[in-house]
Amino acid sequence: MNRTITLNLNGKEKTLSVDIRESLLDVLRERLGQTSVKHGCGVGECGACSVLIDGVLTDSCIYLAIWADGKSIRTAEGESKDGEISRIQKAYVDAGAVQCGFCTPGMVMATTAFIEKNKGKKVTREEIRKGHSGNLCRCTGYNSIVNAVEECMSEKE
Amino acid sequence: MFQFKNCEKADTVSEAIALLQRIPDSRIIAGGTDILIKLHEGKKGYENLVDIHGIQELKQISINKNGDIVIGSGVSFFKITESEIIKKHINVLSVAVSTVGGPQVRNMATIGGNVCNGVTSADSASTLFALNAVMNIEGADGKRDIPIADFYLGPGKVDLKSHEILVSITITPDNYVGYGGHFYKYAMRNAMDIATIGCSSVCKVEDGRLIDLRLAFGVAGPVPLRCSSTEEMAAGKEINSQLLDKIADNVRNDVNPRTSWRASKEFRLQIITELARRVTVQAITEAGGPSIE
Repeated sequence: MNRTITLNLNGKEKTLSVDIRESLLDVLRERLGQTSVKHGCGVGECGACSVLIDGVLTDSCIYLAIWADGKSIRTAEGESKDGEISRIQKAYVDAGAVQCGFCTPGMVMATTAFIEKNKGKKVTREEIRKGHSGNLCRCTGYNSIVNAVEECMSEKE
Repeated sequence: MFQFKNCEKADTVSEAIALLQRIPDSRIIAGGTDILIKLHEGKKGYENLVDIHGIQELKQISINKNGDIVIGSGVSFFKITESEIIKKHINVLSVAVSTVGGPQVRNMATIGGNVCNGVTSADSASTLFALNAVMNIEGADGKRDIPIADFYLGPGKVDLKSHEILVSITITPDNYVGYGGHFYKYAMRNAMDIATIGCSSVCKVEDGRLIDLRLAFGVAGPVPLRCSSTEEMAAGKEINSQLLDKIADNVRNDVNPRTSWRASKEFRLQIITELARRVTVQAITEAGGPSIE
């Protein structure tokens, strides 16, 4: 059974017909070309499929596509503007926080949500870790990721 | 693609009840963090879903003029950790739910779903037991309120008829005014893990005495439980290190943990004993009592 939904993807309105059984992950990857949204565990444990839904960090693999009707979705694709990567993406590059890269887009979205929520606050490395604890990375050992987030927190807008 | 047949969206509680009545063998889906995983694993019994994900009236936290704190069943764990009402009056619940999964799960998962699953490891449940939470249920036969201890019937089984829905959870002022509490989740990882043992201790202190103790555990039995014999033993006693030792000692009589692949019964008992003491020590401090080593 299909249902028509309208969502805002990285600032652009999209109307499409989705199967009620589809996850948002499937729709974003297969139909909307958002291949930054990775299919990792599929059960909300690894965070590789993380996107922002109305600003809220969400595992798109355990989110029905029909729930996205009327919502604004942000993916890593939308964080780069006019060929320029975002401040957060740049901090990841500078800190060497990217190795195989599979977790990176989801991790970047977790950082984006974390920075927006904690703007102007002083946060500890422990709080950064807790804020990213829904995203697994098997390469970096997390230190370089925490460094990248710290760097973003210290930068002035 | 998740293998269900139908998913009917309800915009109000009464619509949800009507759908539950109309569709045989229908199951409620709210945050989806449990049901969608069961569907992903191919579990049967979730073919017809009633979708309450978008019901706004279930997503409120309020305090009424009597001082009753009412938490809508559709409130996410994240919203509980951020709620000024919760932080001010029952911070122990905020501490407890901040241990659930990771940020993404806490953003979606609902407190109603956590208790309606009926599992002993639900991170919110032991604290709701300690706070004598009341479950506000609505169904085709009308409304009814039952204490959380009666709501849990057995592992994975709660007192909810097929046409009923948990609307909200109430905590009355006699269960939190003047009380302090603490929660600790013992798990193998600091995030994204299921509790090996969850412990919630809520207490009231006066003139160096433990006036009232409510000690609750998750994963210490088939359902979350309160340690009634320990609570009775401790009531009215002077707070000192010996009392805390007695609490830790006695708690073994109140629990019934089992061996699973996560941990052995003996190991769980060790954690239970240790947490009974440590978490209560912290709860006493939170309640304005003396600090005990």
